[in-house]
Amino acid sequence: MSRTNRRFLGGRSTEDYLPGAVSGPAGGYGQVASALTRRRISQVILYVFLIIGALIALMPMLWMLSASFMPTGEASTYPPHFFPSKITFSHYGELFTRLNLGRYLFNSALIAFTVTAISLVINSMAGYAFAKLRFRGRDRAFRILSLGLVLPVQVAMLPLFLLMKNLHLINTYWGVIIPGMASIFGIFLIRQYALSIPDDMLDAARIDGASELRIYWSVVVPGILPILATLAIWTFLATWNDFMWPLIVLSDEAHYTLPVALANLSGEHVMDTELMMAGSVLTVIPVLAVFLFLQRYYIQGVMAGSVKG
Amino acid sequence: MPSDVGRAAWLFLAPALILIFVFFFLPVLASLVLSVTDFDIYAIANPPTTRFVGLANYSKLIHSPEFWQALKNTFYFAIVGGPLTIAVSLAAALLLDARLVRFKSFFRTIYFTPFVTTLVAVAIVWRYLYHTRYGLLNYTLGHFGIGPIDWLGNPHWAMPAIILMSVWKNFGYNMLIFIAGLQAIPQDLYDAAEIDGAGPVRRFFAVTLPLLGPTLLFVGVITMIGYFQLFSEPYVMTNGGPLRATTSVVLMMYEEGFRWWRMGYAASIAFVLFVVILIATLIQFRLQKDRT
Repeated sequence: MSRTNRRFLGGRSTEDYLPGAVSGPAGGYGQVASALTRRRISQVILYVFLIIGALIALMPMLWMLSASFMPTGEASTYPPHFFPSKITFSHYGELFTRLNLGRYLFNSALIAFTVTAISLVINSMAGYAFAKLRFRGRDRAFRILSLGLVLPVQVAMLPLFLLMKNLHLINTYWGVIIPGMASIFGIFLIRQYALSIPDDMLDAARIDGASELRIYWSVVVPGILPILATLAIWTFLATWNDFMWPLIVLSDEAHYTLPVALANLSGEHVMDTELMMAGSVLTVIPVLAVFLFLQRYYIQGVMAGSVKG
Repeated sequence: MPSDVGRAAWLFLAPALILIFVFFFLPVLASLVLSVTDFDIYAIANPPTTRFVGLANYSKLIHSPEFWQALKNTFYFAIVGGPLTIAVSLAAALLLDARLVRFKSFFRTIYFTPFVTTLVAVAIVWRYLYHTRYGLLNYTLGHFGIGPIDWLGNPHWAMPAIILMSVWKNFGYNMLIFIAGLQAIPQDLYDAAEIDGAGPVRRFFAVTLPLLGPTLLFVGVITMIGYFQLFSEPYVMTNGGPLRATTSVVLMMYEEGFRWWRMGYAASIAFVLFVVILIATLIQFRLQKDRT
């Protein structure tokens, strides 16, 4: 409470003016002045650290962007250039014409959108049922499910590969999509949020004769939209960025996602720094765009998933 | 009516539970079974040739220097990289939580950006930043009189290089969680500590750190779990080298299982990974309990 007040008052409070500061000959005035100076100095120090941190956080991506426009060979010169001597789009052109990057972009987008759409429905139904519907075995089912949170996914991968092989799903989009269609984390996130839906609202709908499916669709879903947005962004980014499972299940180039294609290209084109940077830019830009435009929802999700859970 | 609701509930749960059971829990259990067989490339073509071999895979594992090396590398990454990431995250959160700072959400977004980027793409970028001669990192260090370091080519530097990149990539996520934790600490406690004459450092250790306990545990556990699963960074940046200095447990599992198709053997590696992560998690819970 007092903290919000303080922020409201422009971050100033009495003790900011009362450090054990030197009391100058000018008495009270000097004390206030030196306190203000100290305040100013610590502010400058804080900003210096913040800006250095921001530069470190952004530098690799800025260099990636800059190098992707450099003429071939310029990123491998000494001393290193930070800016291109002249801007060229030829690496982007080569990626789309000779190296089939459009195809991988399409694969990544298709998989990420499909996983997001399907998992949103499946996870929200389950999360809502755990939060609001009373049924026998609910607690036990929930406990068993929560065990899965400590199991590393890699432990499942070898048998999962054999299972997918038997289902003839190796080298198909479904081989990547199906394991992502339900997630324990997603169910937990939805459940946590759905707990706050008032029971009265659901009961009122039941008395009006609405079916359970209808209640889910027209009462529950509108009520949990913010967390659905969070989960959608989260799932999209995670699926887009995923590497290990797509690497295992997709062996045919035509189905590669961007990260798999990029890792593969980077082996063949180690020396083509500028080309690889252009490929990295194209891989990163969609997720950065999604994040920057929808970061409000995304950041809320990170905080909700941790503090309450 | 109640039985109606019960039936509806199970219908709502069915898709999720079936998917998670068939494509996650079942494979995890099957992994345990696979690890006591000699399932290999011949078995993929003709499964009946698989034989039960008891604990042979595990005993082979114990006698494999490569495995111990991979385990050591993974622990190195988790035990040095984990706390380092948490320390940087906490420092960033404290900076952003400082009263004197404005433009908080602007800086928060910038700091969080590396976390959302595609790991494979930024690992490739860092590979060039680490270049001994043309890399920006050595160029910058050169200005401070630090001689060129062969980051990814020297077995002693390769793991630190991967740790450095991981700290950069991941600190933003923990930072957000710490910010939420810091904002939950009542200002009165700081005020009281200040009246008692506690300086900023003392306030941090007497108020901030103890009250951040649960957050610290959560962050510690998820960072540790994530770091024990190290795979993509060495796969892309070093291919496990030089001299296997960056081959992690998961990378070794991948190579044994999906490059050489020794899937029984690889399953035993996966199972060891699971046990390691479980023990690490339990230890963290225990440490936390002892402190409070």
